[in-house]
Amino acid sequence: MSLLEIKNLNISYRTRKETIVASSDVNFVLERGEILGIVGESGSGKSTIANAIINLIDPPGEITSGLIKIDGNELQNNEEIIQKIRGKKIGFVFQDPQTSLNPLFKIKDQLIETIQTHLNLSYEEALKKSINLLKEVGIDNAEKRIEDYPHQFSGGMRQRVVIALAISCEPDLIIADEPTTALDVSIQYQILELLKELTKKRNLGVIIITHDMGVIAETTNKVIVMRHGLIVEQGNTRDLLTNPKSNEARSLVISVPPTNKKIHRFKLISPEGIEITSNSANLTKSIIKTWGIREHGNQKLLKLTNITKIFDDRSLSYSKNLNDDKLIKAVNNVSFELFEGETLGLVGESGSGKSTIAKIITGLVRPTEGEIEYNSFSLYNQKKKYQIQNSRGQIQMIFQDPYSSLNPRFKVKDIIEEPLKFFQKNISKENLNQSVFDLIDIVGMTRQSLERYPHEFSGGQRQRISIARALATRPRLLICDEPTSALDVSIQAQILNLLKDIQDELHLTMLFISHDLPVIRQMCNRIVVLKNGKVCETNETESLFNNPDHDYTKELIKLMPKIESLI
Amino acid sequence: MIKKTFLKIYDTDIGYSFCNSKIAIISSSVFFIIFLCSFFAGIVAPYNPFDPANVSLMDAFTPPIWSDGGNPSFFLGTDQQGRDMFSTMIYGSRISLIVGFASIIFAMILGVFLGVTAGYIGGRYEIIVMRITDVQLTIPTILMALLVDGIARAIISRSMHDEMAIYVLIFAIGISEWPQFARVTRASTLVEKNKEYVSASRIIGLSNVLIMFKHILPNILRPILVIATIGLALAIITESTLSFLGVGVPPTTPSLGTLIRFGNNFLFSGEWWITFFPAIFLVILALSINLLGDWMRDALNPKLKKR
Repeated sequence: MSLLEIKNLNISYRTRKETIVASSDVNFVLERGEILGIVGESGSGKSTIANAIINLIDPPGEITSGLIKIDGNELQNNEEIIQKIRGKKIGFVFQDPQTSLNPLFKIKDQLIETIQTHLNLSYEEALKKSINLLKEVGIDNAEKRIEDYPHQFSGGMRQRVVIALAISCEPDLIIADEPTTALDVSIQYQILELLKELTKKRNLGVIIITHDMGVIAETTNKVIVMRHGLIVEQGNTRDLLTNPKSNEARSLVISVPPTNKKIHRFKLISPEGIEITSNSANLTKSIIKTWGIREHGNQKLLKLTNITKIFDDRSLSYSKNLNDDKLIKAVNNVSFELFEGETLGLVGESGSGKSTIAKIITGLVRPTEGEIEYNSFSLYNQKKKYQIQNSRGQIQMIFQDPYSSLNPRFKVKDIIEEPLKFFQKNISKENLNQSVFDLIDIVGMTRQSLERYPHEFSGGQRQRISIARALATRPRLLICDEPTSALDVSIQAQILNLLKDIQDELHLTMLFISHDLPVIRQMCNRIVVLKNGKVCETNETESLFNNPDHDYTKELIKLMPKIESLI
Repeated sequence: MIKKTFLKIYDTDIGYSFCNSKIAIISSSVFFIIFLCSFFAGIVAPYNPFDPANVSLMDAFTPPIWSDGGNPSFFLGTDQQGRDMFSTMIYGSRISLIVGFASIIFAMILGVFLGVTAGYIGGRYEIIVMRITDVQLTIPTILMALLVDGIARAIISRSMHDEMAIYVLIFAIGISEWPQFARVTRASTLVEKNKEYVSASRIIGLSNVLIMFKHILPNILRPILVIATIGLALAIITESTLSFLGVGVPPTTPSLGTLIRFGNNFLFSGEWWITFFPAIFLVILALSINLLGDWMRDALNPKLKKR
């Protein structure tokens, strides 16, 4: 008998205006000892299925028909059985380890409470079991650490505790919903290894929900690809990744940035299965006419010298002494140069100071120490005040979160018009409209979208609007701060292609910030690797990937999940 | 055309919530009836109680129409000067509403300006503004209003006093209501300030004034609107309290509070209607605005959004 069996599952959300079908006719089977991956774009119904298994669907969502069986017991609509099974037979690992533990209770109390609810054990036995569990998930000095509160653990450690909690009642099934999305590469690797090991040792069934094809390739045995609530393809991981049959699966696999080589452009597949090869090159001609072609020799455009940033919380203990070891330096003595026409990548894990550097260059944050020269003008004066006139609006930025980077009260037209009007005070209405049309054409959106508000667009479309706004000031340097990390892979490929086209046509210089090594490899000529605010290594992209110099770079390259590991 | 507009409004979340909330419909209709009546007081009210030619002392103390001695031409009775109760109330509510709206707009402009600038600029300016807000909040509204009134009496000459009374009252109530606006506005500004669209505007090089009032302000209007509605009810009540205490509008242009004060003197001699009707009228007015504000707070709160 299989561990989990789902038959013809239909889930829909009934709202005032429409009924959204979150999953329709979903069928799959999971055996013990198997790891099943569920992939799909956001909104494809991945999480809904996981929530349906543990009966945690938020109203107004409801299971309209179908069967969910665990070990042959039907789960649906039987509160009593679900109560007994949820937590005992099913363990759940959530995405964000920061919020899935109760911050007011010690780790000990949270573990023991769960164990005693489901297993008939005394306090001492439960405590002993908890310590063993923590040891099993790889927490050192478990006897002592069990007395700690969640905030005393790091993100990766906390996710281990969550996994310990999930396996505490000896479940048969673990559901992990994006278990490593909030974690850095090295910790992601450890957590995935731990899940694999536990699966083998305890003969569990595991469901991993993720959007990262690398994670799928490295951990799972079976994969389900979903789209709009339908399973479009399922099968053995190796077969599916090497020889995807459905268009959706092909599109997912093909748009993953390869980790082992540099390609010129990402291939895209339309929903009908036809390869899309067109680019926006022909559209940019008209704007080049108005802008004029920019000459660029290999000159130095931006130079950072010994930039240090200390976030001053104005507490009494704050000292002006920069050599004080207790001070946390978000950016520590960073120097690099950026030449006209190139793309420089800034790579690092969270907290490595990548975004702070971008903010310093754009004047959003003042550096504590150091010099920045743009086109041989200093960007900060003696009093550390930003001199925007020295860059004349030629530095623009694209942000990470497409949902907060556009003013929700402005029409798309107003968003793009604003910088145009600001930099060309006496622009005629005709020229203004023409420029807005050119910009919206460049980023590949229809002119009808100008009259709409940002909330009517998807994440990828918003990112396009964001790019149009950044281009409106005719920038020379474009800073991209994780421009695709909030997007699905296929959309990511589109946006990255767009950025490459724009760079080619408009001769832009780019500073590309990302934590995603494969993306960086595809986009950049040179790379700066950052760790804890310090530069580890600066090198040409290919030599950095082929012969990493610094230990940290080596580790990052070794641990990044590779979709090629199977092919 | 009308049907189309209605369907469009019904399609929005707020319009839908309004049409499905009995409380919102009833309280807003009550409020709008009162509002229209007082706006068109000259047409709605059967008499002009402030025109001496219309008032006869002979009619004084006429009880409501349904009690003994009631006069069909004064259906809610008359007061001690023979003025028709119904007409005085309509004219009185006009004064109350004018003072309420004017003082809340004054408080809103002051509070929102200080709140947005404090939240956006930060630093020492923010600390000073917010400490002033805290101090202001420790002074009870009535006390503040009495204080302002006292100062105004000392400054303004006696002959001007009656004329200026209404402006003094608006200033007094407005000055004690602004901290609410400042606090909420500052908190919302702090949230919006860190969003990336604000960073984008800063990178473009837009001036701080433009960012604050063109970009941030439209995004924080919802909570301000809620406080303004609830504040309006509070301002009307405060105005009535002050008028009841005798420091509000002059008796020649009585507001609801003044009417209640007059009537209070006759309560024990049996002429209950002189104080009872204005009081009930005040309760209905304040309650309808408050319920409207309550509904608005729930409807505009995305966390409480019902499907």
